[in-house]
Amino acid sequence: MTPPEPSTPSTPSAPTTPSETDAPDTIEVGLDGHADGWELVVGLEVHVELATATKLFCGCANEFGQEPNTNVCPVCLGLPGALPVLNELVVEYALRVGEAFHFDVPAQSVFARKNYFYPDMPKNFQTSQYDEPICLGGHLDVDGVRITITRAHMEEDTGKTTHVGGGGRIHDADFSLVDYNRAGVPLLEIVSEPDIRSSEQAKAYASELRATLEAIGVSDVKMEEGSMRVDANVSVRRRGSDGFGTRTETKNVNSIRSLGRAIEYERARQIEVLEAGGRVVQETRHWNENDGQTHSMRSKEEAYDYRYFPEPDLVPVAPTPEMRAAVRAAMPELPAARRDRLVAAWAITERDAAALLGTPGLADYAEAAVSALEALEALEALAVDGARGGSPRDIVNWVNGEIAGHLNETGSSPAALSLAPAALAELVGLVAAGTISRNQAKDVLGEALADGRRPARIVTDRGLAQVSDESSLGSVIDGILAANADAVAEYRAGDDKARKKKRGFFMGEAMKALAGQGNPQVLNRLLDEKLEGNG
Amino acid sequence: MSSSDSDHDRDHDRDRDLTSRSAAGLAAAVRSGEVSAREVVDAHLARIEALDGSVHAFLHVTADGARARADALDAQRRSDGPESLPPLAGVPVAVKDVLCTRGVPTTCGSRILEGWLPPYDATVVARLEASGAIAVGKANMDEFAMGSSTENSAFGPTHNPWDLGRVPGGSSGGSAAAVAAGFAPLALGTDTGGSIRQPAALCGVVGVKPTYGRVSRYGVVAFASSLDQVGPFARTVEDAALLLEAVWGHDPADSTSIPTPCEPILPGLERGVAGLRVGVVRELTEVDGIQPEVSAALEQAVKLLEQAGATLDSVSVPSAIYGLPAYYLIAPAEASSNLARFDGIRYGLRVVPGEPGSANAAAMNGATRHAGFGAEVKRRIMLGTYALSAGYYDAYYGQAQRVRTLIIRDFDRAYEHFDVLLSPTTPTTAFPLGDKVDDPLAMYLSDVCTIPTNLAGAAAMSIPAGLDGSGLPIGVQVLAPGLGEAVMFRVARALELGFGFAARARPGGPA
Ligand SMILES: [Zn+2]
Repeated sequence: MTPPEPSTPSTPSAPTTPSETDAPDTIEVGLDGHADGWELVVGLEVHVELATATKLFCGCANEFGQEPNTNVCPVCLGLPGALPVLNELVVEYALRVGEAFHFDVPAQSVFARKNYFYPDMPKNFQTSQYDEPICLGGHLDVDGVRITITRAHMEEDTGKTTHVGGGGRIHDADFSLVDYNRAGVPLLEIVSEPDIRSSEQAKAYASELRATLEAIGVSDVKMEEGSMRVDANVSVRRRGSDGFGTRTETKNVNSIRSLGRAIEYERARQIEVLEAGGRVVQETRHWNENDGQTHSMRSKEEAYDYRYFPEPDLVPVAPTPEMRAAVRAAMPELPAARRDRLVAAWAITERDAAALLGTPGLADYAEAAVSALEALEALEALAVDGARGGSPRDIVNWVNGEIAGHLNETGSSPAALSLAPAALAELVGLVAAGTISRNQAKDVLGEALADGRRPARIVTDRGLAQVSDESSLGSVIDGILAANADAVAEYRAGDDKARKKKRGFFMGEAMKALAGQGNPQVLNRLLDEKLEGNG
Repeated sequence: MSSSDSDHDRDHDRDRDLTSRSAAGLAAAVRSGEVSAREVVDAHLARIEALDGSVHAFLHVTADGARARADALDAQRRSDGPESLPPLAGVPVAVKDVLCTRGVPTTCGSRILEGWLPPYDATVVARLEASGAIAVGKANMDEFAMGSSTENSAFGPTHNPWDLGRVPGGSSGGSAAAVAAGFAPLALGTDTGGSIRQPAALCGVVGVKPTYGRVSRYGVVAFASSLDQVGPFARTVEDAALLLEAVWGHDPADSTSIPTPCEPILPGLERGVAGLRVGVVRELTEVDGIQPEVSAALEQAVKLLEQAGATLDSVSVPSAIYGLPAYYLIAPAEASSNLARFDGIRYGLRVVPGEPGSANAAAMNGATRHAGFGAEVKRRIMLGTYALSAGYYDAYYGQAQRVRTLIIRDFDRAYEHFDVLLSPTTPTTAFPLGDKVDDPLAMYLSDVCTIPTNLAGAAAMSIPAGLDGSGLPIGVQVLAPGLGEAVMFRVARALELGFGFAARARPGGPA
């Protein structure tokens, strides 16, 4: 997530500069890490679905994954005569965003109609905000670089069209189905200035934006489900030039990683076009995850005239000072502060903290697990036999390691894991107490993630618990030493090398007798005592 | 429509009597038990059946629903007593077809909504029902309320009951004609630029455009959202107040609805006008082409009010002359957006062009709108689309909104010196059918006196002020500041008493 530092100028290995121009002695490598003389310019438009219980202008439920056209009413279907009533919670959420990103919130903002025809838009206009949005002029600091955020405004989402037949594409489909459940879901559009200079920086901005929106509780920010949608305005220009090149807008980017790939692809494509003497066409392009390319959306690139005008069915939004003060007072901890706190409190690295905050819900999960761990310690192992000790850092290692890996593989979210945070704490406790080894713990974790059993239960079910009890381990060793009196004698007579060899033999026999579940530390100590003590 | 057995003994005179009575009178008669709600409804349905073939005030008559509702009210009276009846129990009402009625066809006079059954009631329709009033049918109108003669209805024009060869005005021509013809003592209409007051004037009835935001627009199919307002038609000022009070008041479903309580009208209706200051608006009186008899009626209104103790003077509202052009930018602009939803996808007409399976959504959309909208609607959609276009917005829509601000300011200044204002409602009485259909501009001019009130968001009403030489009704308009309904009605009542119109006049035509 850290943008590469500006590298020191390097000498190109194989200069390809045309002969008629003076070849530079060195080539500038930009923030974007490229040394090709082009600078990348990116601005991001982020649409966030707000996680309110009801839609923006009606009482219909705002929920994902319902039967088509069940969360609808005259208002969100745009039936003749129906009128919008603004959901006050959406304004509150917008005000939270205003606080979090240091926006100016004007005394009043105005909804406007954005007019265009599309079948999944019930009124054939989108109620949005235009020249008087609720938030103006904010910023977000990303790894020490300030990205200016032009504006944030409230608007309604559209329905969803499914094209049936002909491979599911609009142009050769047999027919199309429209689901209006999403129509009227509240969105916040957050538009950055073209301040971003690398794909890494774009990813870091989007990631920090997402973490912040998550922290202030306004959205579930799931890029895969479309509750956070990032469109990238990308252009390139000659390094050192201060004008802007023609930009394209890339849509359909479904993850932070894809965002980086799409921007890199667009950068390379535009440079290729320009270096071949062509012109970049201002257009909307569609990112295809499978072929790793952006494709022109084939829309006739006429400039749309949306004929914006103030929405006459709504009155201006004028948040009261009381409302704004209440929002300010209730602001939760933001990601930057949270990272600092976790680094200090848990003795983890910045990188670990950043990783926790980089996946929605992951830091919450880790914090819940650490709380559970502390509770376990407070209970002095009363709760779970054999689980004791462990540190927050152990938790974080599991979370950023195996658990993050599992989430990546399955596409699941931390909240949906069958391994509850308290169960992870239990696992860490079992390892810390020596009940199981870390290697065993990995297997236990895998099973717990698969079927939701508690780690302690899995340990019991599989008979995994290490034998640490001194008297039982002592009698096993006594038996082995007695049965191998020759070897004991050889040990005692031998040099260091021979002793080491024999000692290994005794350990191996003991482990064999214990089916591998003897606590190696305790065994080692007892073995030393008995071999030396008896001698 | 067929009469039920119990109606066989009812004679024509009795029906004629019931259909002549005021809403207040009918409500009292039902309450006292003199007549049943069913008798009242049957009398009006019989008159509709007999005469609406020539008037065509209705697009849809809800005879069965009205009778069932009447029977339910009669049963309620028997079981719970007359005190249990709501204030307008048993009073028939005509409902303009722009108001959504659950399960009852609502076309807005347009082919594009033919066959559509709204799944919900407009707030005013629900309040009407709660008041005990009984909807007898959906009244004809200019398509999507765009017009001043009801000739733009896709289902044929309404005829003026005073002269069937003439227009009833519009766009609420069906509502006005229904009340004038005795089909119902009350009707609901909508007024965007004069669509209640102008047909009221042309049909010789009372028509009220309340303050913008006073009556809910929820369920009113929008023409121009910032101008539309629902209001009553009646044959008496008192009846108009009764209906307005039944439907007005804050509605949380309409964000532009005014939350402040309504000042009741009826308690002060008979207080007279002594001491009131009345201003005659010069710009709305000295209108090009004004009919001399209309000017004379206004002069008589001035005299009547002076005799009743009011102070009369002339007043200027300079920007009012820009009302018409501003209106014809703002209203079509909003309409172009409001009517975009009629695309053949979710409800109403759908026309699929070309070979089956060959059309896409845009082609279907275009073909549906081409077939479904009439010429005037298309004209205004194009006007409005143009007015909002990039590069023209400021010169047209923006400029019109600035004019609107000036009009509001000028009216405010006038109301610093006057309690109410006075003007003709329309420059002329009812014109012959077909007279202006090919001249949109001439048609637009018939709303020149009414439009400024809509732009100002204020209140105004039209009162019958006698007949012209051809026996056609003339209207005068009382204008009031926003939320000034109570004083406006007092002045209207004084004029009603002075002109004595309601007491003597009935349309001679079909009766
Ligand atoms: Zn809804």
